Amino acid sequence: MEILTWTYLLVGLSFALYIGIAIWTRAGSTKEFYVAGGGVSPLANGMATAADWMSAASFISMAGIISFAGYDGSVYLMGWTGGYVLLALLLAPYLRKFGKFTVPDFVGDRYYSHTARIVAVICALFISFTYVAGQMRGVGIVFSRYLEVPIEWGVVIGMVIVFFYAVMGGMKGITYTQVAQYCVLIFAYMVPAIFISMQLTGNPIPQLGLGGSLADGTPLLDKLDGVLSELGFAQYTSGRKGLTDMLMITLALMVGTAGLPHVIVRFFTVPRVKDARLSAGYALVFIAILYTTAPAIAAFGIYNTIESTSEKSIDALPDWISTWEKTGLISVNDKNGDKKVQYLANSEENELNIDRDIMVLASPEIAKLPNWVVGLVAAGAMAAALSTAAGLLLVISTSVSRDLVKTFKPEISEKKELRIARLAAAGAVILAGYFGVNPPGFVAQVVAFAFGLAAASFFPVIILGIFSTRMNKEGAIAGMLSGLVFTLIYIIYFKFISPETNSEEFWWFGISPEGIGSLGMMINFLVCFGVSKITPPPPNQVQEMIQEIRIPRGAGKASDH
Amino acid sequence: MDGQKQKMKAYWRKNLQTLLVLLLIWFMVSFGFGILLVEPLNEVKLGGFKLGFWFAQQGAIYTFVILIFIYVWRMNRLDREFDVNEE
Repeated sequence: MEILTWTYLLVGLSFALYIGIAIWTRAGSTKEFYVAGGGVSPLANGMATAADWMSAASFISMAGIISFAGYDGSVYLMGWTGGYVLLALLLAPYLRKFGKFTVPDFVGDRYYSHTARIVAVICALFISFTYVAGQMRGVGIVFSRYLEVPIEWGVVIGMVIVFFYAVMGGMKGITYTQVAQYCVLIFAYMVPAIFISMQLTGNPIPQLGLGGSLADGTPLLDKLDGVLSELGFAQYTSGRKGLTDMLMITLALMVGTAGLPHVIVRFFTVPRVKDARLSAGYALVFIAILYTTAPAIAAFGIYNTIESTSEKSIDALPDWISTWEKTGLISVNDKNGDKKVQYLANSEENELNIDRDIMVLASPEIAKLPNWVVGLVAAGAMAAALSTAAGLLLVISTSVSRDLVKTFKPEISEKKELRIARLAAAGAVILAGYFGVNPPGFVAQVVAFAFGLAAASFFPVIILGIFSTRMNKEGAIAGMLSGLVFTLIYIIYFKFISPETNSEEFWWFGISPEGIGSLGMMINFLVCFGVSKITPPPPNQVQEMIQEIRIPRGAGKASDH
Repeated sequence: MDGQKQKMKAYWRKNLQTLLVLLLIWFMVSFGFGILLVEPLNEVKLGGFKLGFWFAQQGAIYTFVILIFIYVWRMNRLDREFDVNEE
């Protein structure tokens, strides 16, 4: 069968599966809508968390980023997994014991203040919206590349699917769809990786193949270091980023991960505190399968690309290069007219331009795998984008129906609240779709925002809310605001106001905008401590509540009161 | 009631000790071996990997997974020991 037929078939089947699950798991109450009734098993929740967490960027772009960044790409690998240790040890069990539905719920109750709650809602909405726009764009791109429909139509189809299960099913529908999506995406990621690893190193496990040897007996990574140096690039296994920046970016990504509302809220859906701990462990196992494979795909991809193009005759390039030239993701320009391809670090002489997304998207063709594998990768990329989009939309709709409407109008009935939640989800889908079709120029830039803001606003306030009985509302509000404002100004300055000075010599202490969330977090902590020292301690019932959430026994299912 | 309070204090202290040890390891494998000490460790070879590079792209992640499961096991034991476990 043709590639296109396979792609339609596999993507269509996966969509039918998601819709089937959505109909089967319709939410009937606000509790089912917000936290799936609190009855999800730790294993299922772990899988759903993994799918929720791994976005189109993790699936499509991360391996490619590492291909070109080499050792420096490690910040993403460590940053986006290390956060789960913080989440499991410092946040998830206690927030589960607290037993409500949202992060602003916790901030508002723990700091006995509507103001704190509103600040938290604004942060949650901002983080989720920047993220979701990128996901819808990812859906559109996958559609246009694989199914040859215009990006706009791709986004609309994606919107309809997400609308179906996020709006109908709420958290319950999303959870079970995400379990299915995880299976689709991990299968799609692993199949090409395993085959490429076998072809290059003879080892079917990509994680071991990365450290394996090529047919001539040289270790792959040594060979790669050598080849890249010859072409004028830095060695694959050595770094170019400054030490402070490496540390700060890794920290910001870790802490940001632990502070992302759509990830935290997943741990409200399990029945018990011990399930929340275990579930974080399962989630990281499922994430680690992809995250330890990605560096292997990265090294295999760049090695294969160089081997099959560098100094090769332009007329004898492999088929996949001409296939992907049509999409504009790869281009060859014979500048010196010698009919051969020169891939060089020097941009004046370089004749090959490669988009980083190629490394995953073209991997089945590079490995000469059958056509159905290409369709599978398309379905996997779609699963990654849709699952993350749905999780984010739920946070947005919950923030509106529960954290905004219910705070100001506590008397509305459950039925009405559920209707508002569904309406908000529908509105958010449409808005996200709009941004998917008309992406603001800064979509790629705002990822730094989402993590930086989560790190600088939520994380310190939640940690202190659990581990300090003395932290009060004055400290928390001042801390959140100062961390937030500092990080915002730094990022806006270097990304938008003065992008020409966005380089190491102008950064504070050599910290890039990607890593500034770490400094914002430290400022948040310091301000919290400083302000709380000179203001009255929290009331007794709040101090009792803190003692209460530190003990697992007595965690009922997540409740409304 | 006072005895109960003392017991909860002891429980919390043991919890914090566990966290401290696990987070120290968390810090060592990622920020330590993967970034700060990466160059000296790269002198050592682990199969086809330089050791520092292996920690940054593989080893740290495996350790993170193990750390969470050790935490789960240790906390479940602690919960039972102090009789605060859930049914």
